[in-house]
Amino acid sequence: MVEKKPKRRVIHPWPLRLMHWLNALAIVMMIGSGWQIYDASPLFAFTFPPLITIGQWLGAAIAWHLAFMWLLVFNGLVYFIWSAASGHFAKFFPLSPRAVWRDFTAALSFKLPHETGVYNAVQKLLYLGVLFAGVVIVISGLAIWKPVQLWFFCDLCGGYVVARYVHFFAMTAIAGFFAVHLLLVAMVPKVLPPMITGGRIEP
Amino acid sequence: MKNINRRSMLFRAMALGAVSTLPGCDYEDPAHPDIADKFLHAMSAWNDRVQEALFDPHTLAPTFRADQVTNPPRFNAFYDISQAPVVDPATYQLELGGQIQDKSPWSLTALNALAQTSQITRLTCVEGWRVIGEWEGVPLGDFLRRIGADTTCRYVSFKCADGYYSSIDMPSALHPQTILALKFLGAPLTPPFGAPVRLRIPTKLGFKNPKSIMQLAVTNIYPGGYWEDQGYNWFSGS
Repeated sequence: MVEKKPKRRVIHPWPLRLMHWLNALAIVMMIGSGWQIYDASPLFAFTFPPLITIGQWLGAAIAWHLAFMWLLVFNGLVYFIWSAASGHFAKFFPLSPRAVWRDFTAALSFKLPHETGVYNAVQKLLYLGVLFAGVVIVISGLAIWKPVQLWFFCDLCGGYVVARYVHFFAMTAIAGFFAVHLLLVAMVPKVLPPMITGGRIEP
Repeated sequence: MKNINRRSMLFRAMALGAVSTLPGCDYEDPAHPDIADKFLHAMSAWNDRVQEALFDPHTLAPTFRADQVTNPPRFNAFYDISQAPVVDPATYQLELGGQIQDKSPWSLTALNALAQTSQITRLTCVEGWRVIGEWEGVPLGDFLRRIGADTTCRYVSFKCADGYYSSIDMPSALHPQTILALKFLGAPLTPPFGAPVRLRIPTKLGFKNPKSIMQLAVTNIYPGGYWEDQGYNWFSGS
């Protein structure tokens, strides 16, 4: 009789890990250069200090932005296709407002345990939210880059002027997610190694 | 020399895997490109090709109502408005060069005698802001055909009274909304805003709309441009 080894499952399969880190690089490059571009014609009464921007001047910042947009978009497309094909998206559901509220209040009182390989309702909502912001930032970015040729994206965003605000607020949402994401990793550091090595869920 | 941004340097190193070969800022010295510059140049060339493929000669830039025109217009150049060149319209001659059959220069009177078209379109600056203006002038495609330009050439280049220069691709030059503008809001162009002749091309960013054009040439040799040679994307289509 052949003895079957109990199956051990990785927490993060290698395609997900690869896409995660490529996306991290793309996001940092896009936001850093985007802040420098913003400074050339600010929408609000503040600018981003040059110390935290990428590119130092508008020409270089645009060059970085329009170079790394390809990484962001292609990596994102591969992620959506891979997630749909592998069933990864199922991890974000089911999701109800009640569950979000329950887990949110539990998290605030530090009573929400981290379950390896399982997303709590707040995580599900945040991940779905940042994916939505990702779609919005790409569409509004294309609207600003090509308001004539890709006029339908521009119309969808409410015109060229509004598209710049949409792009800015989508960036704000992603930057906010990024900050919370880093904070939570700092609070639960054991989640970091599996994003590099894959990790194992013991049966 | 601007401050060297250490964080940015680190990101570049991550991106390119070359820590020791990043001596300065990006595009600071076009004559001595570092590895980051070469990477950005390659991506910019790729973006040129993508934009050429994306360009549809039948897609028109949006037009606006007369009451939406930004008036007075917004001045923008690499120098202060007080230094804008003043060209005498009486003696003005548009010089022609390159792959053109009839290279006789054109006076302002002769240009004004050609069939004119007007447009209320948006000028989008690479910085992000936009203005709306009403320009009137000669469709560049009509003009190129009239002077016997070889429209199979790749580039149309422009040299300006202030030392500015730029160039556009032939398909964009032949776009119906690309005009040699002579007037703004029904009156002849004024010196800071491109008098006596400027390019108005609403399918490209603002810096691809050279002002006070003195020379026009048709060529297959890449002419570059004032900002393009410093690192801005050449095609810069809208």
